[in-house]
Order: sequence, then structure tokens, then C-alpha cells
Amino acid sequence: MNRDNSKGKILISRMLIWGLVQFVLLLIIIGRLYYLQVFQADKYKTMSDENRISSRILVPPRGIITDRNGVYIANNKQNFQAMLVAEQANNVDETLQKFKKIMPLSETEEARIKRDLKRYRRFVPIKLKDGLSWEDVSKILLVSAEMPGVIVDDGLSRDYPFGKQMAHVLGYVAAVSENDLKTDSDPLLETPGFKIGRIGLEKKYEKQLRGTGGSLKLEVNAVGRIMKEIERKGGESGQKLELTIDSRLQQKAFELFKDESGAAIVMDVNTGEILTFLSMPSYDSNDFVKGVSQDTYQALLYDEKQPLINKAIAGRYSPGSTFKMVVALAALEAGAINRDTRIGCYGKMDFGNHLFHCWKKDGHGALNVVEALQHSCDIFFYEAAWKTGIDKIAAMARRFGLGEVSSLRFDDEKAGTIPDKAWKLRQLKSSWQGGETLIAGIGQGYVLTTPLQLAVMTSRIANGGKMVEPSLTKVSEEKIYQYKNMKINPLHLALVKEGMCSVVNRAGGTAARSAFDYKGAKMCGKTGTTQVRRITLQERQTGIIRQEDLPWKYRNHALFVGYAPHDNPKYAVVVLVEHGGGGSTVAAPIASALLKEALILSDEEMR
Amino acid sequence: MYKFYKTGFRNPNLSLKEKIYNLNFSYLFFIFLLAAVGVMMLYSAANGNWQTWAIKHALRFALSAVIMFALIFTDIKFFLRYAYYFYFATLLLLIAVEIYGAVGKGATRWIDLGFFRLQPSELMKIALVLALAKYFNATPVSSIETISGIIPALLMAFVPAALIMMQPDLGTALMLIFTTAVILFTVGVQIWKFAAVGVGVTALLPVAWMFLHDYQKQRVLTFLNPERDPLGAGYHIMQSKIALGSGGIFGKGFMNGTQSHLNFLPEKHTDFIFTMLSEEFGIIGAVMVVVINFLILLYSYAFAMKTTSYFGKLTIIGLATNYFLYIFINISMVLGLIPVVGVPLPLISYGGTVMLSVMASFGIILAMYVNRETNLGKD
Repeated sequence: MNRDNSKGKILISRMLIWGLVQFVLLLIIIGRLYYLQVFQADKYKTMSDENRISSRILVPPRGIITDRNGVYIANNKQNFQAMLVAEQANNVDETLQKFKKIMPLSETEEARIKRDLKRYRRFVPIKLKDGLSWEDVSKILLVSAEMPGVIVDDGLSRDYPFGKQMAHVLGYVAAVSENDLKTDSDPLLETPGFKIGRIGLEKKYEKQLRGTGGSLKLEVNAVGRIMKEIERKGGESGQKLELTIDSRLQQKAFELFKDESGAAIVMDVNTGEILTFLSMPSYDSNDFVKGVSQDTYQALLYDEKQPLINKAIAGRYSPGSTFKMVVALAALEAGAINRDTRIGCYGKMDFGNHLFHCWKKDGHGALNVVEALQHSCDIFFYEAAWKTGIDKIAAMARRFGLGEVSSLRFDDEKAGTIPDKAWKLRQLKSSWQGGETLIAGIGQGYVLTTPLQLAVMTSRIANGGKMVEPSLTKVSEEKIYQYKNMKINPLHLALVKEGMCSVVNRAGGTAARSAFDYKGAKMCGKTGTTQVRRITLQERQTGIIRQEDLPWKYRNHALFVGYAPHDNPKYAVVVLVEHGGGGSTVAAPIASALLKEALILSDEEMR
Repeated sequence: MYKFYKTGFRNPNLSLKEKIYNLNFSYLFFIFLLAAVGVMMLYSAANGNWQTWAIKHALRFALSAVIMFALIFTDIKFFLRYAYYFYFATLLLLIAVEIYGAVGKGATRWIDLGFFRLQPSELMKIALVLALAKYFNATPVSSIETISGIIPALLMAFVPAALIMMQPDLGTALMLIFTTAVILFTVGVQIWKFAAVGVGVTALLPVAWMFLHDYQKQRVLTFLNPERDPLGAGYHIMQSKIALGSGGIFGKGFMNGTQSHLNFLPEKHTDFIFTMLSEEFGIIGAVMVVVINFLILLYSYAFAMKTTSYFGKLTIIGLATNYFLYIFINISMVLGLIPVVGVPLPLISYGGTVMLSVMASFGIILAMYVNRETNLGKD
């Protein structure tokens, strides 16, 4: 019994020890609860929010671009695209295989998807295929249960309704490159499928067209399904951009060019607003939005007509006879000639050891400056240039905007070359030769200009010597008022303009066949035909090979610069047809048709 | 059947009225309170739906309560007399499940009884305590202090533990071993023997490691470093800690636990229900649940002290220890203090077997307390 008593006592005392142990263990639990729920609460609250809140960037619609009449020339259209969220797919490869059975993917597409899968985080939707039709969408949705992670999204994609016609004005948007990411920290760039202005106005006005991204905070569950919207910040749509281009005139120019290669510009001589800005041949901007295949791109890149080059600003051409106005003005200003100076042309002249030819083998006889322009006599301008000197000619050319980059500030714009003595010494490390002044006098040799520069030059002649600058966006009244006067003797300008009007409107003028009379408004201008190959002495003796018999790339460039109406100039035009043959036969008719159309359209607006 | 009653398993000394008078109503209140918390949390876990879990839980509790009361009013001599029979019957069930599982080529732990799934391993927790209590009730102190005196007790524990381990259900097996250890400790087995076993087990740990299943190894490794694989095995415990921590002091509010309702928290209606409760009611709710459980344990040990019979005392200690292990293992697990072992929180977690065995344990504890003045003797 004694023993049993102690047995009970042991039990109770041991039980109390065990009870104490349990009490301590429960205290540890409470301590742990305190540690997690009070001490570390903030840390876990953040983690909990990271779990449940999924932030997304809302891509703003890109700014629309319209022509001067409000016609959409760059727009956003609804685009159904199939996306893949890797995180939600059980097996990404398997899902891709299933998707391919419904919607075949090209090798390029597949390579891009693989690249994107590596590049983006697992919860970011990756584009599988876009531009889906309703039929495609329903096909995908029908089997979407078997392809977890595949979703159909209706986004916006850039659309260029005028396709090829506006390609060199607008450029295009394309996928973001690694380089863009380095230079631009906008988080929008990291959203998959985002397109950035790659070239042209799309690039130049990227900032304002892009807008600012909004943000969306969503509550998601463990498998990523959206439960509710927590917060939405709007962001801002891209700004609308209104251009000075007239899509009707642009289309007219496009049609007039047919298969020819070259450039055409129509510019308002008083404001500098550009109504037509064409480079031919062109490409379809829409192709680049989707991403062109390597083959297509190579074909465009190595095409001898160079469709990817914007010839209006990046093509450097000898201005040829269209340079003669500048030479005439420089000669008049320098006093090398006056309005009555007559120079005899006999088809050729000796200078040093060289024989310099006029385009007209038998010569023009004695001509004054107006007649020399009308007939585009080379001998007159050899003489005038020689008497004036290259430095004065170059200075005059620069005043007209030649040889320098314009205010358009396109990345690919070229400055061209207006040579003078210092330039030659600097660039070619040799001194200027007298004969080179003669060659420059007819706009050949080292002289290189872009069609845009010629348009500026023509506008400045037509508007009476105001330093108008080209613009693709509306020019304010204030800006027009601020255009400086070039301080050119109005009498000299009048002579040159008379010469230009004679070219078109007098019998024997080089562009007489392209004359028009629209309600009394006439065109004035100047033709230019520039050689791209040297004519040998032997060839001159045996007879110059006819243009049609030469391979395309050896044919002459055809040029025409002009303005209308003759008495109160409004529009200037430049047409350059690469290897087109003669300025009077090929370029002038296009320029004439364009100017007439511009006048008709402007007339309609007035009414 | 009639004879069953007449030959007297009902205590001849106490009338039903006296038994009710002897009951501890605070104890019953705590039990009902926890079950109510369970119903409420299961309503929330189902996103505000009674049908999914809450009603079934309430029904199971009601049914289990009936069994509890039946046990309270059972003659306690019955427990002593049939302790070994009950133990061997449960052992046979365990073996049956083992054979059935082997034939069916899948791990089976239960026998389907319709509304409940009876897990013999759960039943064994009670049966073993009763059997050990009966054994030590009859064993003098001198014998308890010898090794030969405790060998039968060890066999009684290890045979079912080994069977359960093979199912495989490491958690339950360890609970059986641990309960046995506590019983051995309380009956007076010398401390140095525990120390010796402790050293031995530590030495054998690497061997045991080899016998663990891969998923069990993963759990241990993940416990040691949850960030090792945040999307795989460590995901559960990481998400549990985030849920708990983000609950803070006051919680996110009833039905507003984001971790739970957005399914970041796994098994929120079973093993991780305490996490969900802590997320929605903060540390205040969590501590309240711990305190109620602490009170249940405190009362249980007080009952043991007031009970006259050695068998009664030891049974209460064993069953209370068992209950403590549920609470401690489950909460420590969700708090990331011990590896994830898959032990539910009794009365709150959804699940029939544990509810039944815990309520039966309370029934037996209260039966001992109600008849606290009855001296059962050694047989």
C-alpha cells in the first residue's frame, strides 16, 4: 500500500513536470506567433500583396496621323492576337505543339516566340500570332481548354491606309530593339508587342505619338486568374499629329510616277508646308509593322532602285541645269553679267586644254540671261560662272539652302555638296581648277543636292527671296512672318523668274510642251538633265548613244523644278526621275500635272 | 443486449443525475467553442458556403458528441476490463488495412463507414493509452523501474507504430511513440533511460533517414530551408508564413483572408486551417485558440489529479498528451517550427476520423472525471 501511494505520487509529480513542458511549448508557439504576426508583419504584408496584386501596364493608343484635310494616314486598327502566358501553361512545348496544329506558325514566328519566352518573365503574355480573323479566334477559343495559357487578346496595331504612297513620309513602327531599351527607360517599351517609331515621322514624333502608359492593378488568385480590379491609372493617349501633306496630291504624284524611280516634292512657297513628299519606288509600311521576313528585306535592300532610301532627302544628285538660276543670281550680284550681257554660243568652247560642250551641238548664238535660261544654254553659264568665281556661286547656293541639312531634321537627311575652293582643299587636299568652276556652273561635277533642297531653292526664288523653310506640320502665321529676307536684288530675281517662265511658256523653251493655263495661272520652271556617265570624245564624234539604248542605270537623271501661278507663286514643285532620260520629256510633264492638280485642289478649298 | 445492461456495466454507485452533476461544464463549453470556430472557419474557407464543409463538420461534431456522451455515461470498469481486447481488436484492424492496402496496391489508411472514414491508426491512439494504463495500473513501481517491466509496454507501442509507419504515416506513428514515451515518463521510468534512448536514436538517425520515403525526405529538407524551392515543396510553408504574418494583430477580417481565398494557401480547410484563422483574425484570434486549447489541457490534468484511480489518472494523462500532440504538431507545422507532417487541428480542421477519436478521448476523460471517486483497483 505504501508502495502504491508512492506510485500515485510519482505519477502526479511527473505529470506536473510534463504539464510544465507543455506550457513552455505553447509559450513558444505564442512567441512564434508574435514574431510572425507582429514583429515581421510588414514584411509578410508586402509579400502577401506581391502574391495577390498583379500590375499591368496599359498601353495607350498611339497618336493618329492625318493629312492636312483630316484624312487618316496612320491609324490604329483592332487586332486579334493569340498570346501565351507561360506561367499558366502546364507544359509550354506541349501547348505550342497543340497551337501549331490549329494555327500553323512559320519558322521565323517560332524563333521569335522562343526568344520571347526566354526574354520575358513567366507571367508576361507573349504573342503567338496576330492579325487573327474571327474564324481563327473561334477556332482557338474552341480548344483553349486543352491549351492552358493560351489567350486571345484584342489589341491595337498600326495601320497605314495609304501603304506605299506615304511610306517615306511616315516611316513605320516596329518591334523594340535592345538598343531602344538602353536609350529609353519608358516601361511601355518592355510590354510585349510594343511598337516603336523606327523611321520617318513615326520616329521623329515618337514622344508625342506614344503617349504615356497607364497602370492597372489586379487582384489575382494563385493560378493567376483575375479576381477583381484594384486600381486603374489612365495614362494618356498619344497626341494626334496633323501633317501638311495632301493625300490626294500625294496619290496623284504616286500615280504619275508609275514604275519610275525618283522623288517628287510639292511645297507651299510662302509657308514652307510640304503637300507632297514622295520617294519612288516605295515599300508598304504595313509590312514592317508585322515584321518583314529576311528574304523580303534583302530583296528591298538590294533592289537597284533602292526603295528603302528616301530619295527626297537622302538622294544626292547633280542639280544640273536647275542650278543655273543660282549661277545667274550670283553672276548678276557679282556684276559679272547684267541684264543686257550677251554671250555667244557656238556649241563648244575652249578652256585651257579642254573643250567644253553645250548640250546643243550647233550652239544657240548670242543670248542674254533670260534667253540662256529659256534655252538652258551651257556656254552662257560656263562663261558667267567663270567670271563670277566659284566662291561667290557657292555662297549664293547656300543662301538658297543648298548643301545643308534642312529644318525637317530627319535622321537620314543628307546635306549634299556645294563645293568651293576651301572645300576642295579640305576634302580632296588639292587646289581648285578653273575648269571645275565651269562644270559647277551647269550644276555638275562636285555639286550635289537633294530634291528637298531644290524645292526650298525654288520656293525662295518664287516667293521673292524669303528664307522659307520646309515643314511637314502646320506652320504658324508667326513663323511665316519671321522668315528673313535674303536681300537679293528684286530686279535680279525678276530676271531669273522671267527666264523660268520663258522655259515653259515661250516657244523654244525647254519645257514648252508642259505648259498649262489654269484660269490664267501658268507654270514657270527649269529643266535639268544630268549625266551619270562621262561622254567620251570618241562618242561625240561617232554620235552620242541614244538614251533608250543604254542600260537603265547609265541613263540620265531627269529633273524639273518649277512653281505656279507665274504671277503670284503659291506652290513650288521638284520632280526627279532617276535615269529617266530628259528633264523636258520625263520630269516636266509630271511636275506640270502635279502643279495643276495642286492649283485645282487649292481652288476647291477656297470655294 | 438486455442482459448486457442488467449484469451491470453501469456504475451501481452513481445515478445518471449524480453523473450529470459531476460533469465539468466549462470543459464541455471549450470543446463546443472550438467546434463552433471550426464551423465558422470552414464557412469562410468555402468562400461563404455552408454546404461545402461547414454543415458536414457540424453534423460530424454532433454525431461525435453523441458518442462522447455515450462514453461519459459508460461504466468505467468497462474501460479497464476490456482495454486489452480493444487494443488487440484495433491491432487486427490495422493489419487488415495493411493487407488490403498491399493487395489494392495503394496506400489505404481507412475503413469506410459511410459518414466517417474510420482510420484504425486513430483508434489505436486511444486503444494504446487504455492498454498501457491497464498494464501500468497492474505493475508495481519496483517492476516499472526494471527493463523487463517495461518491455511489454514497449512492444504494445512499437508493433502498431511499425504497422502505421508502413502505411506510410510517419506523423501518426511518431505520435504513438511520443505518447508512449510520456506515459513511461509519468509512471516513473528513470530519466537516465530516456537519455540513453535519446543518444541511441540520435546515433540511428542516419539509418532511419535511409528508410524514409522520398516525399518525407523532401519535407524534412524543405523544413530546414523553406526558400530552397519556393515554387515546389517549400511553397506550402512559405505561403503559410506569408498568410500568418500578413494577418498582423487584428487580421484581415472574416472571409477577407487574401492568401486563403485566392488559393495561395494550400489545404486551408484541413491542415492549414489555423493559418487561415490567423490571417483573418490576426494574432488575437490565433492566441485565443491556443489559450482555449491550453485550458482544455489544464482542466484535463486537473481532472487527473482529482481522479482516485491510477488507471483513470494515467488514461487522462495519455489521452490529454495525445490531444496536446495534435495541437502542438499542427500549429508548429503551420508556423514553420517543425516539418510539414500532415496532422490536422482537432475540432477545427475538416475531417471525420480525428473528430471522432478526439471526441471519444474527451468522452473517456470525462467518464474518468465523473467517476473520480470510484476506486477501480488493479484489475
